[in-house]
Amino acid sequence: MSHDHAGGVDLLAALAVTATLLALVAYAVLVVRARRRGRAWAVGRTLAWTLGCLLATAAVTGPLARAAMTGWTAHMAGHVLLGMLAPLLLVLGAPVTLALNALPVGAARRLSRLLRSRPLRVLTEPGVAAVLDVGGLWLLYGTPLLDVAHDHPLVDVVVHAHVLLAGYLLAAVLVGPDPLPHRRTTRHLLVVLVLALAAHDVLAKRLYALAAGTDLLDEQRGAMVMYYGGDAVDLALAVLVCARWYRRTRPRATSGRRRGHGQLDLEGAGARPQGVLG
Amino acid sequence: MPSPISRDRSSRRARSTLSGVLAGVGLVAFVDETVFHQLLHWHHFYDRSTPDVGLVSDGLFHAFGFVAVVTGLFLLADLRRRRSLDVGRWVGGVLLGAGGFQLYDGLVQHKVLGLHQIRYGVDLLPYDLTWNVVAAVLVVGGAVLTVRSRRTSTVGP
Repeated sequence: MSHDHAGGVDLLAALAVTATLLALVAYAVLVVRARRRGRAWAVGRTLAWTLGCLLATAAVTGPLARAAMTGWTAHMAGHVLLGMLAPLLLVLGAPVTLALNALPVGAARRLSRLLRSRPLRVLTEPGVAAVLDVGGLWLLYGTPLLDVAHDHPLVDVVVHAHVLLAGYLLAAVLVGPDPLPHRRTTRHLLVVLVLALAAHDVLAKRLYALAAGTDLLDEQRGAMVMYYGGDAVDLALAVLVCARWYRRTRPRATSGRRRGHGQLDLEGAGARPQGVLG
Repeated sequence: MPSPISRDRSSRRARSTLSGVLAGVGLVAFVDETVFHQLLHWHHFYDRSTPDVGLVSDGLFHAFGFVAVVTGLFLLADLRRRRSLDVGRWVGGVLLGAGGFQLYDGLVQHKVLGLHQIRYGVDLLPYDLTWNVVAAVLVVGGAVLTVRSRRTSTVGP
């Protein structure tokens, strides 16, 4: 193991711990401010954010990161954590909604203007988010980029940041509770999810097929961790996409319930179905 | 021109079929993965002779199976809460989806695309025959159920 590599992990670990601390403190401050302004904030969201931060850190520091330096299986476990599970949990923490609730009016308005800006409109197009996320992985594992990252600490940091941020973007676009400039139909999201998952699976099987290093078994096991780990997170994504559709298309009485009248769904039972997964 | 009521009814039936087909495809994908890959270890995760097009097809259908079963079951829940589930149509859809996908897997993926085989180190013919005959029976059963439910319309209010 070269010194450069060890240095890379150190820089990455130091930055990751710093970023995690900042993210946790900032979130806590915002929750307190939102509460003070009389906006309730669900404990589950805070838990999701905290867990997401911790998992992302665990992927790039400590024992898992050390094992990932030599083992492909540990590397892939880190990939699933950093690129898929942690981003999903962070998204479920709804940081943008929290900020909108907690920030003073002026700042909140600037934030929502930023959300409608052209770059974010492009980035939050589901197809674009999927290409950034899975395309990035193809670039990482299909080219010598991974080796370059091993030798250059800064490249290593950029690669890991990209994996986390692209994973966040895709999860936010598909299932995020935060406001988006535009949200595509459920059908559109499901098609993007299938294509993204397929591209991920094909990449994992190619890695399995191309395994040729000194520790063949480790490489193959790593590819399988990628394949099945990806499946598990994508199953969760599919459930969340459909659950949102299911809530939104609840037969009429929804509005009554939302107003807090606690009406039963009797009148809604015969309501006309809306377009399938529209 | 069909009356709004009959159009509504046929759209409900179509949704029951759609929900069933999606659930059926997902069910077979699940059985394939659990029983043949994980429990029996007949199928292989990857076999050296698999060409790229086989990998792409496998990846697409694997991904589709996951999303299909989730979508199909949410559609089923939606039909039930609207009391517009046509059970015959739904079961027919499950059989059609399951058989159709198994037929695709058995004929196109295993044979034409040369993805992994059903089992290794044995005479494949009986396995292939059983696999595809079961698939065909499922498809025919699904078609019969679907057609019969069209004749005896039993859709609720």
